[in-house]
Amino acid sequence: MPADPLLRVEGLTRKFGDLTAVAGVSFEVGRGELFGLVGPDGAGKTTTLRMLAGVLRPTSGDALMEGISMARDPERAKPRLAYMSQRFGLYADLTVAENLRFYADLHLVPRAERAARLERLYRFSNLGPFKDRLAGKLSGGMKQKLGLSCALIHQPELLLLDEPTFGVDPVSRRDLWLIVHEMVEQGVTAVVSTAYMDEAERFDRLALLHQGRVLALDTPSALQKGLEGEILELRTDRVREAREAASRLPAVRRAAIFGDRLHLTVPSASADGPAVEAALRQAGFAPREARPIPPSLEDVFIERIAAAEAA
Amino acid sequence: MSVRAKFERIHEMVRKEFRQIFRDARMRGVLFVAPLLQLIAFGYAVSTDVRDAATFVIDSDQTPASRELVDTFTASGYFRVVGRSQRPTDLVRALDRGDAVLGLVIPVDFERDVQSGRPTKVQLLFDGTDSNVATVAQGYAGRIVQSWAARRVPQRMPPGVDLRSRAWFNPNLESRTYNVPAVIGAILTLICLVLTSLAIVREREIGTLEQLMVSPLTPGELILGKTIPFALIGLADLGLITAVALLWFHIPYKGSVVLLLLASVLYILSALGVGLFISTISRTQQEAFMSAFLFFMPTLLLSGFMFPVTSMPAVFQWLTLINPVRHYMEIVRALFLKGAGLEALWRQFLALFLMGIGILWLAAERFRRRAGS
Repeated sequence: MPADPLLRVEGLTRKFGDLTAVAGVSFEVGRGELFGLVGPDGAGKTTTLRMLAGVLRPTSGDALMEGISMARDPERAKPRLAYMSQRFGLYADLTVAENLRFYADLHLVPRAERAARLERLYRFSNLGPFKDRLAGKLSGGMKQKLGLSCALIHQPELLLLDEPTFGVDPVSRRDLWLIVHEMVEQGVTAVVSTAYMDEAERFDRLALLHQGRVLALDTPSALQKGLEGEILELRTDRVREAREAASRLPAVRRAAIFGDRLHLTVPSASADGPAVEAALRQAGFAPREARPIPPSLEDVFIERIAAAEAA
Repeated sequence: MSVRAKFERIHEMVRKEFRQIFRDARMRGVLFVAPLLQLIAFGYAVSTDVRDAATFVIDSDQTPASRELVDTFTASGYFRVVGRSQRPTDLVRALDRGDAVLGLVIPVDFERDVQSGRPTKVQLLFDGTDSNVATVAQGYAGRIVQSWAARRVPQRMPPGVDLRSRAWFNPNLESRTYNVPAVIGAILTLICLVLTSLAIVREREIGTLEQLMVSPLTPGELILGKTIPFALIGLADLGLITAVALLWFHIPYKGSVVLLLLASVLYILSALGVGLFISTISRTQQEAFMSAFLFFMPTLLLSGFMFPVTSMPAVFQWLTLINPVRHYMEIVRALFLKGAGLEALWRQFLALFLMGIGILWLAAERFRRRAGS
């Protein structure tokens, strides 16, 4: 629990007709924290962020930014936050510079500061050489960087980013994260959503969302430590069938496929490993390269989601 | 929030909008070439006047009198002889093939009967498929035959009632004079209703609307920022169309310029309101275009733009009262042709004012409510 939270989310709920997209989500985000909303598609990440940004009214619950209710009084909070939707709306028929200038104008960025801020954003995003290019003619990654730059032009205290790296090439992806980390270092608070589990380790703290609920809420390392049992990784033949067979073994609590390997959750890798290996060998899956591994966040998420679905 | 900041944000929004509008070649075309094309169409091509109607003559008499009657027809300028024959079947074929729209049949002994004062008949056959041309041509032909007869047939008694008709405001009953001012109404509707709704929905489609919602721009400022540019362009087109109508087509303008401007501003409120409303019920530009079109056609048809309101069934006449286009058309025509003042047009002005404020207010409220859901 952060001592001095900038954002306090309390029982945030949103229904669309019969569908409950977000069901009583609560968490707090500390000042200067990089907070992650992690979860598969349809987990409610976008709906949550839109409510935090004040563009979607919650059905019940509230999000408070330093006491300002996003449900009742979003206009007061809006000047202090930035929200970048999954597909940031850029004006394709305006140039990079014109897009930035327009958002600067809307936020009434003082003329005296404007040049310096633009210069800095161009430097971060490497968009400087493309100033006069129409936004519609940029690559996907560059569009995303321009979107982020537009969102940052008014120097918000709270940055809400909805899957900023979705469908972006690896180089631009790295650039985007560099910008985010740079901002956080300067004291900006950021809430970022992602469906890429490998990005989850970047967050100071994160909430794992699934079907509109928070399944886990902690720092990445605490989540990894919190996993009951250990992970046994091994290679087998016919990995799908091997997973089926392994999941029927009494010692194996969970079996998941990671590429061409199996990750088996067992009470103790050293104690249960040999028996599991023997059973698989007997079934003809030729297990090899078995080794205990520290649980990745992905293991934790799969474990938690499977447990939630079983319940 | 300070008024100055509000004003500045609206100003920037309008500037951005203009920049986008004028950068788009197709948009420039719609805004400034389309009005001129419509003017040319209504000024030259679309005409309910009958001129040089193709006429087929069956002259079975072949006398000076019959030839004089035919000459009177052609001299009037309304009719043009496209064929002559003695056989009625030729006339039928000409009408069937559309070579002629009118047949003039003069019987044998026409001259003899006329000179001896015996009653005689001249037959006129019309191609009724174009009922409009047929009706008008019938009127002209009837008058020509009557005036010719009045000159040739000795009067035995003075007629009891002498009908003398004169058309006021448009003495020659030219449809151009009637139609060209109405183009203003059609163009203003196109720009303020169709283009405004498209411009707003486009922002929703590309995702910028959501970004604008997170910015300090309030829904009210957003509405103003999106509608002011099209209102201004609409007024610029009003000037363009009026100038072309007066200077090129020599349409008379008898009324007050201030009233025309006032009526246009009031009408623009309604059009913008409907455009804004359509933007709240459409997710994509395609949907917006369909909705706008669905609205555009009936309101134009029920406005008296092309078909007079007075010849509609009573139910439809009542319906036209809630159609802002109808009131605007009436004002525009009355200003151009009659030079009417507020004392004659105050009802239409009041209707436009009430509808404009009402529609725009409702649409803005709906837009505001939707903005936060």
